[in-house]
Amino acid sequence: MRAEGSVGTGPALVSRLVIYGLLALFAVFFLLPLFVMVVTSFKTLDEIRDGNMLALPVAPTIEPWLAAWGTTCIGLSCNGVKGFFANSLLMVTPAVIISTMLGALNGYVLTKWRFPGDKLIFGLMLFACFIPFQSVLIPMAQVLGWLGLAGTTAGLVMVHVVYGLGFTTLFFRNYYDVFPSELVRAAQIDGASFFQIFRRILLPSSGPIIVVTVIYQFTNIWNDFLFGASFASGDAAPMTVALNNLVNSSTGVKEYNVHMAAAMFAALPTLIVYVVAGRYLVRGLMAGAVKG
Amino acid sequence: MAFLEVSRLDKRFGAVDVLKDINVDLEKGGFLVLIGPSGCGKSTLLNTIAGLETITSGEVRIDGHVVNDLHPSKRDIAMVFQSYALYPNMTVAENIGFALEMRGVSKSDRAAAVRDAARTLQIEHLLARRPAQLSGGQRQRVAMGRALVRKPRLFLFDEPLSNLDAKLRVDMRTEIKRLHHRTGATIVYVTHDQIEAMTLATKIAVMKEGVLQQVGTPSDIYNRPTNLFVADFMGSPAMNLLEAKVAAGGANEPRLTLTRNGSAPITLRVPESKVTPAMSAGAKIILGIRPEAITDEGSADRNARTLDTVHVLVDVVEPAGSDTLVVTTIAGKEVIARLRADAEARPGEMLPLVFNLDKAVYFDPETGQRLQ
Repeated sequence: MRAEGSVGTGPALVSRLVIYGLLALFAVFFLLPLFVMVVTSFKTLDEIRDGNMLALPVAPTIEPWLAAWGTTCIGLSCNGVKGFFANSLLMVTPAVIISTMLGALNGYVLTKWRFPGDKLIFGLMLFACFIPFQSVLIPMAQVLGWLGLAGTTAGLVMVHVVYGLGFTTLFFRNYYDVFPSELVRAAQIDGASFFQIFRRILLPSSGPIIVVTVIYQFTNIWNDFLFGASFASGDAAPMTVALNNLVNSSTGVKEYNVHMAAAMFAALPTLIVYVVAGRYLVRGLMAGAVKG
Repeated sequence: MAFLEVSRLDKRFGAVDVLKDINVDLEKGGFLVLIGPSGCGKSTLLNTIAGLETITSGEVRIDGHVVNDLHPSKRDIAMVFQSYALYPNMTVAENIGFALEMRGVSKSDRAAAVRDAARTLQIEHLLARRPAQLSGGQRQRVAMGRALVRKPRLFLFDEPLSNLDAKLRVDMRTEIKRLHHRTGATIVYVTHDQIEAMTLATKIAVMKEGVLQQVGTPSDIYNRPTNLFVADFMGSPAMNLLEAKVAAGGANEPRLTLTRNGSAPITLRVPESKVTPAMSAGAKIILGIRPEAITDEGSADRNARTLDTVHVLVDVVEPAGSDTLVVTTIAGKEVIARLRADAEARPGEMLPLVFNLDKAVYFDPETGQRLQ
């Protein structure tokens, strides 16, 4: 390790410079769009028209952000994105919680309460992960119609729960598969019931996989466009659909600064989830459960 | 009526017979050790007693009541697992108290019971820690505390010491024995370590491939093994098992001859009390004799009635501190003799060894059963 750790000379130094140089180059490359978005959202329209895309704002203004949030026109109403942002929150919160809890319960049953045909059931759930979104649109629309949930946020929640179940079950099944079964047996002898074992023994040790599942589900559901555009139109549309409607409206002046600010609103929640929850990803909470 | 009775128990996984016609019982306060090589079904048998595995046919009775269809928590048993199975998210106190909590015992009663159990096992200072912060031996104690606190009718131990290092294992073995004496608990204990079995048990059940080979006191199992498998499995170093031929002796005095490479065959007497009809002249039998029954002239048992001295060529000498093991070759097999520590034996030299034939056992080479 010491030979690699110290700053070497000759070939070692060159390879180091090449590696860090490439990493820096790619970091800049990937961060550039974000930089342009942020910079543009703080500029006035005039400055955007005659300025350089990469230049910093000469007279920074938060007007575009306020407009995007509260007053810009999407379709016929001019109330900004705030209503749609709320729609997305109302959709993503229950959808993430329900699909994660059901996935955990499925994983628990599929690993610790094996029954004949459990492998087949799991295989079918796994299969659900690979069905293209587009192919379920029409049957799903039919089902939502029967249930009277068409065009509502509740309907969208259901779609995302159903679609996410395959993934969340996969995550929890694989995590619980290596969870020591002796703990479950010990709890059975101690007199704990099916749900007591789940709540008291498995869930408290599931921190890392819950974080993984929540991040995955939150990102997917928040960023979803296809289901949102298909099953929730008008005032019930989620943020992604509203952003599209705003940016693609063909009348009037293209307010790039407002569009960029709206896009930032659409991107912020997933960024925040990553920043807040990301560090819990690597924490191993299972240390010392068995022989160590 | 015995306290724990297992009768005609069968267990099949699909087409595989894991346990075949198991019959074993244990009196109240007894210590039953289930022993056998890995895959012999001993842990499965323990799990069926616990109720963690269903049985295909047969009965398990505890205190006279059939418990076949009773949930593990309703059988009034406690189990200590090989991996200890401590709940990682709970403190030691919560771990020990969990079963009481599940039974709806009040918080103050629970705390008192936990303190009692902790005092018995000298882990009071660990109550606020989590399992991850404990050493192997401490975890082992917590696992036992979790079993003790319930005051169950029956304790089940599933290889509880096999994850500990050698020294700790001996300490904990003594600890378990002391606990058994003090509490008078009824215990079923699974192990693959025959020293644990010999030292702890009041009753040993030796298993192989799902079949019970022999059930008896440690002394029965050690001195009168029922077949070649038990003879070979129990004891370390293992019993010497040698092919021999019955030579014509006097009317009731058969003698055994054992061949040797490059020198004259050995002839050994058979004590009168051990003569069986199968020992007709010319018959082949297998002589079983433990290493400690072959020794130097000075250490031979003075009370033994049938001592035969044989001069053998020493192959290997293994000083073990407390005694010296000498390896020689008889009847085409290595024979281990246990001599006193300062016995003078050198490889390549001839050495007189005394066979204590009072301790010998004889087997039928065809069936593997002991002749009696």
